[in-house]
Amino acid sequence: MLKIKDLYAGFDGKDILQGIDLEVKAGEVHAIMGPNGSGKSTLAAVIAGKDEYEVTRGYITFENEDISELDPEERAHKGIFLSFQYPVEIPGVSVTNFIKTAINETRKAKKQADMPAAEMLKMIKEKADMLEIDRKFLSRSLNEGFSGGEKKRNEIFQMAMLEPKLAILDETDSGLDIDALKVVANGVNKLKSEDNAIVVITHYQRLLDYIVPDFVHVLMNGKIVKSGTKELAYELEEKGYDWIKEELV
Amino acid sequence: MSFKDKLLSSYIALEDYLEFDSPLHEVRNNAIKIFEEKGFPTKKEEAWKYTSLNSLLKPDYSVYSNKERNVELKTVRKYFLHEIDTYKLVFVDGVYSSFLSETTHDTLDVCLMSAALNKSKYKPVIEAYFNKVAKSDSLTSLNTAFTKEGAFINIPAHKEVEKPIEIINFSTGNEAAMFLQPRNLIVVGENAHVQIIERHQSLSGNEVLTNSVTEIFAEKRACVDYYKIQNDEATASLIDNTYILQQRDTVCRVHTFSFGGNLVRNNLNFYQKGERCDSTLKGITILEGKQHVDHNTLVHHIAPNCESHQDYKGLFAESSIGVFNGKIIVEKDAQKTDAFQQNNNILIDDKATINAKPQLEIFADDVKCSHGCTVGQFDEDALFYLRSRGIGIKEARALLMYAFANTVLESVKIPELKMRINKLIANKIGVSLGFEL
Repeated sequence: MLKIKDLYAGFDGKDILQGIDLEVKAGEVHAIMGPNGSGKSTLAAVIAGKDEYEVTRGYITFENEDISELDPEERAHKGIFLSFQYPVEIPGVSVTNFIKTAINETRKAKKQADMPAAEMLKMIKEKADMLEIDRKFLSRSLNEGFSGGEKKRNEIFQMAMLEPKLAILDETDSGLDIDALKVVANGVNKLKSEDNAIVVITHYQRLLDYIVPDFVHVLMNGKIVKSGTKELAYELEEKGYDWIKEELV
Repeated sequence: MSFKDKLLSSYIALEDYLEFDSPLHEVRNNAIKIFEEKGFPTKKEEAWKYTSLNSLLKPDYSVYSNKERNVELKTVRKYFLHEIDTYKLVFVDGVYSSFLSETTHDTLDVCLMSAALNKSKYKPVIEAYFNKVAKSDSLTSLNTAFTKEGAFINIPAHKEVEKPIEIINFSTGNEAAMFLQPRNLIVVGENAHVQIIERHQSLSGNEVLTNSVTEIFAEKRACVDYYKIQNDEATASLIDNTYILQQRDTVCRVHTFSFGGNLVRNNLNFYQKGERCDSTLKGITILEGKQHVDHNTLVHHIAPNCESHQDYKGLFAESSIGVFNGKIIVEKDAQKTDAFQQNNNILIDDKATINAKPQLEIFADDVKCSHGCTVGQFDEDALFYLRSRGIGIKEARALLMYAFANTVLESVKIPELKMRINKLIANKIGVSLGFEL
């Protein structure tokens, strides 16, 4: 589904990503771990198409199509979703209105008619229930005055509504207490299927107890330096990252 | 003959109609003298540094239009807040239109300045309030000298006016160029509440210049909400001079929505004369083309324990020009003043300009005053967030513009009006959002 080959990317002529190779197939869950400043969030933003980053070498394909030059909205229309570490506040636009706009803009791009209002409402209700989101929450302005946990839950709600093929969860566990974490992870697991894939970016192994990865990758200095299975995450939790650095030397 | 000379000679003609024994006559004579001395303001004056009236003074304006013009309701209905019941004071080319208006004398007076000036029963009100808060600058004086018609609203104590009052000035274009000078007087009695919507609307592509003066008096514990909708034709210009005198424990809010017109200058002046006054001045300005809107605000804190809140948001596209000049004066006695001023602007295109200048003059020592002014472009992170949800760049920008302006809309108290303004904003931004505003 997603293939990244020898990817170098950054801004102001400085590459943050220094030759990433990664392949994610449908039905898989990948975790990307690494110390602060290793390039995790950059990788997420580059896959989603943030303008300020420039790809200087290598390529990204999604379903066998090179997406390196596509706008963020075009990537979203193809089914790529990024759950933000720091979601943006949009005063005056309710969660419901925002998600309606996002869904109908995507449908418009695919030359489909707007989703009928009744169908939309039914879906909103279903997904909100799944994530234990209060109905009142949906009429609040998007992310405005939301707690850290509410913001993250709202990101996963949007993921549930948009039903992406590839979801990248950037530090979705930060700001969540253990109960909220379980609800969010549970939601993500319900959305998982044989046809979609999830990339979880995290500092801590904690989230991976609930969203169990098939593969774990360690990112350091813009490169994937080690890959393994979920046991690697436990090892990192226990021993930190220094032993990998030593191994590399 | 210059426009100034034309006005001065028109005044001599006007004098023939005036009742000479009226004390008002002297007020007019003094006012025309001030105008004669000072003339129209020029860019040499600090307060007019960024706004030139030169081009507006060139057309050969008609100063009077004495006939009532016919305007059909169906052509102008859209300019009314027709979703709800309102009182209406409608003027066409400066002349009262009884057909389009809905006035009252039942417990409160919603009627005409001409009636108030001529009827003896209103004499005490006129003597107590007329021209008592208006400044004697040249433009206000020019209006005072020619005072003839406008809205007269007199609300007795403890009256909660049950529906909004609309003041609408239409110009038909029957004259090649029209100069209008509406004069409004609004007296809100003790503990009375009122909501007023004001609009100036040209119905043709002919030139119109309006020099409007509104005096508002809020007696103790009164509450006044005033909305100005400025969405006029590109050939219509407006100089609005509004003066609000607040007695103790009053709440006065003015919202100014500037979306259209050629040149608009808003001189908005608040005077907090009694303790515990609350003043709100908010505005959304969305401009394009060569539009020019200048907000010149004054909040004069005279008494202690008062608050003022200013929040002006501006979006400037193409080669439009915005000016924000916000002055706060805190007098020595105005201790415990809490004055807040915020002015945020987004320049959409490289050629757009904003000139922002906050001015604080503080003579008291125990006060809280803050002001903030920003000029920026779109937040790239916010734009990326929206686009990553599949929202195209144009719609994403529109959503951000809408969100940017939204803090100003929160305090609009009439839901139907809020909806209207939401739609005006969406139209102005030029996109249809994926939901009903």
